[in-house]
Amino acid sequence: MREIKAADITAAVAQMCMSANTKLPADVRKKFEEGHKNETTEAGKEIFRQLLENADLAFETKLPLCQDCGLAIFYVELGEDVFVPGGVNKAITEGMVAGYKDGFLRKSSCDPLTRKNTGDNTPAIIHIDLVPGDKLKISYMAKGGGSENMSRVTMLSPSQGWEGIKKFVVQRVAEAGPNPCPPVILGIGIGGTFEYAPKIAKQALLRKLDDVHPDPKVAAMEEELLTAVNKLGIGPMGLGGSYTCLAVKIALAPCHIASLPLAVNVQCHSARHEEVEF
Amino acid sequence: MPTYTLNTPLTDADIEKLRAGDVVLLNGIIYSGRDAAHKKLMDLLDAGKPLPFELKGASIYYVGPSPAPPGRPIGSAGPTTSYRMDAYAPRLHALGLKASIGKGKRSDEVKKAMQEHKAVYFGATGGAGALLSKCITASKVIAFDDLGPEAIREMTVKDFPLLVINDAFGGELYAKPKLDD
Ligand code: SF4
Repeated sequence: MREIKAADITAAVAQMCMSANTKLPADVRKKFEEGHKNETTEAGKEIFRQLLENADLAFETKLPLCQDCGLAIFYVELGEDVFVPGGVNKAITEGMVAGYKDGFLRKSSCDPLTRKNTGDNTPAIIHIDLVPGDKLKISYMAKGGGSENMSRVTMLSPSQGWEGIKKFVVQRVAEAGPNPCPPVILGIGIGGTFEYAPKIAKQALLRKLDDVHPDPKVAAMEEELLTAVNKLGIGPMGLGGSYTCLAVKIALAPCHIASLPLAVNVQCHSARHEEVEF
Repeated sequence: MPTYTLNTPLTDADIEKLRAGDVVLLNGIIYSGRDAAHKKLMDLLDAGKPLPFELKGASIYYVGPSPAPPGRPIGSAGPTTSYRMDAYAPRLHALGLKASIGKGKRSDEVKKAMQEHKAVYFGATGGAGALLSKCITASKVIAFDDLGPEAIREMTVKDFPLLVINDAFGGELYAKPKLDD
């Protein structure tokens, strides 16, 4: 058994929350620069210019990139030979609470019915996967409400196949229009079950924007969806243009012979995530 | 693209010269308000009680800012998605609200109310909260403090950069998605 101190996890998670909310990931920044150069509409170019300036300012001043610092989502790969006295969940939650407090990040969690703010952004949404070995990896994603509200899960019929999937995704982005702060990033979960498809869809958003899926068939599907969605012409902030979507990331999982679950997680351009390993 | 520098409170004359696509640099006092605050405003109206600010000529900014760090008037302060306030906006426009500021589409009811009551919908750049906060020079909570980020704040803005998304004549700036079928 390898022991990892809860206090170390808490400190690292707090730091990660503050850093991810003020520092735009390099791959996202690269896409903004590309968009600023290549976007076909002046209004779209101007949005990219503002987003780059916003990123610089956030980094300098440590003001959050976006006021919606999101619900805090964590994906944990916990080695089966790791022991955390006090518990991993508690260590992560305490780190999140400290990070949101000390980083002056917005607390956006509330009771679903009374709408009373929980005050400290709890609960952290923590997904733990047990893996072999004695390592611990924690990925954090700040997920805003505006883009999350535009996400959908549907249960297609197997007969609808790839064409049905494509149609649903394009339709979803078209209906969302300017609402989720385009240019968006799409996490697509195909297969699994009613609860598993959206899990892998969102998790796919942890991938780098410019990575290429190891399976060439899936890589081609991602390209095909990206092209189809960008044909919509919604553009940055819905003002028109060729950059409606920066990247499509697909995750596949086997499903029931009767089903074709599909989840579309819409992520906004403020795609904040970081990871830490122990 | 025409650019106007306007001061709040906004007048009918201000609104009448604006068209979808115009750039507006807004100056003066605006009020923050989003989901929970709107609900409370409706409760006050239903009870026949006064609102915490003068609605005539007012501009409401759909924003829930992040906490102000020491030495700054406000934290990050970009717009939230506006459709969630569609249920409330027509009533407020009828009572004199001249502008709302947010991001994303509005309902037909809101667009109709803006034409009837001479009002506009401005878009601010979503996800540019750090940048937009530079134009907010002062901010204080004036109502519903218990709502935290959703409290109503009186904000002073200087050359706050906006785009007219919906004007008072039925004009709209957003690109229509190009769908084959
Ligand atoms: S959708 Fe994203 S960028 Fe837009 S306001 Fe929400 S968190 Fe911020």
